[in-house]
Amino acid sequence: MHSRPVGRHALLVEVDDARAALSLATWARSGALAAVPGLAGGCEEVVPAARTVLFDGVADVGALEAALAGWTPTEESVDGPLVEIQVTYDGSDLAVVAEAWGTDEAGVVAAHTAVDFTAAFCGFAPGFAYLAGLPEERWVPRLESPRARLPAGSVGLADRWCGVYPTESPGGWRLLGRTDAVLWDPAREQPALLAPGTRVRFVAR
Amino acid sequence: MSPTVLQVWEVGALTTVQDEGRPGHAHLGVPRAGALDRPAAALANRLVGNESSAAVLEVTLGGLVLRATHGCWVAVTGAVLPVSVDGAGRGHTRAEWLPAGAELRLGRPASGVRSYVAVAGGLDVAPVLGSRSTDTLAWVGPPRVAAGDELPVGAATGRPAPLDTPRPPRTGPLRVLPGPRVDWFGAGALAALCGPAYVVEADSNRVGLRLDGPPLQRVRDGELASEGMVLGAVQVPPSGRPVVFLADHPPTGGYPVVAVVHPDDLWQCAQLRPGERVRFRPDPRGATR
Repeated sequence: MHSRPVGRHALLVEVDDARAALSLATWARSGALAAVPGLAGGCEEVVPAARTVLFDGVADVGALEAALAGWTPTEESVDGPLVEIQVTYDGSDLAVVAEAWGTDEAGVVAAHTAVDFTAAFCGFAPGFAYLAGLPEERWVPRLESPRARLPAGSVGLADRWCGVYPTESPGGWRLLGRTDAVLWDPAREQPALLAPGTRVRFVAR
Repeated sequence: MSPTVLQVWEVGALTTVQDEGRPGHAHLGVPRAGALDRPAAALANRLVGNESSAAVLEVTLGGLVLRATHGCWVAVTGAVLPVSVDGAGRGHTRAEWLPAGAELRLGRPASGVRSYVAVAGGLDVAPVLGSRSTDTLAWVGPPRVAAGDELPVGAATGRPAPLDTPRPPRTGPLRVLPGPRVDWFGAGALAALCGPAYVVEADSNRVGLRLDGPPLQRVRDGELASEGMVLGAVQVPPSGRPVVFLADHPPTGGYPVVAVVHPDDLWQCAQLRPGERVRFRPDPRGATR
């Protein structure tokens, strides 16, 4: 773990991977920081990403650094709620992915629905979660140039990630299918269906 | 008595509702939003007796015309522009009485970009995730204000301030602190950033202040995995030309951040016009360590 100051009131902490980042962010959100002198207000933002966690809006960055020394990566702390997402597997890149995986379209569906995903972090758009869990041999490169318009609910793959587009947007992910699940609803108590830490299974319908 | 409503007749280039923003949702991909020139918005609120958290109108390059259904106190701050009520000139940066049905009209600012209109009681549009701010990146929050809109006003709780003489923050080069990836640009990175005058580009907006100037040279290659971004981050895309992240910046980004603009200097970014020059200087108080 290595930390880098970001201005005077933020700290960027580098960890090994997205899983460690999620673990650290989950630990920080669980109240571990509120008990530290100088961090009574915790911090305004805890933002996990692919290999980092950003702590922003921190009154005393030094106190935060000292508190973080008490953290060690654990796996059990990221065991969030399980969400099942019903997918119609009719995506326009299904055949390409099948070829990359050395199988047919039914094989893609079987493999994709067998993965236990975890929402590692959000980005790109409100409620867009980067879902970790694809075995390395199933990573596929994103499109050379993004498509101008993907409908909300599009389920796709890019590199090591799986993702579901919360709203209509441009996008360069390889499309497997689509879902009717509402990924983002600011009126809900939990506006993001797939907040960091959520476990995700895809189900063919 | 029915509540006061502002009837919007004209909106200029872009008018949005803004308050202090919605921090705390970056991990869900939600920008913080909020008034770009925060001191100006806070001053407008003070002048009409509002809490600093009250929602105001952020008007880009003037051109707003509205009427109120009931008489109310209003104040216009930020970029200085002609203010009139039913054609009669009124003051900038002071509380003015807007009678019921009278027309408040904002002209064009001679300098600066964003003006703020506060109304006693604050704008009472429905909050989203605890804030009435419009985020123009992902469009979380109320939609942009359009001609024909009717904006509800809350009940006034305070009294207008007859006089508020804040010391305006001194303008000048934007103070910067080292960013998390300053090492991607070599030992002299901050000095290189703080040397030249940069020119504000036309595609600057609430997301970022885009600058043209001598490109900053990376000393290391490779792609940066997406990471959390702070307000005021000076991000350097492959072109080498810096972008200062403003209120509607994406919560995560994949280009290295060389520096961070001091929060007290960020308001200046809200008022810089395309073609204007801006410089950076190292924060004399230095980094946290």
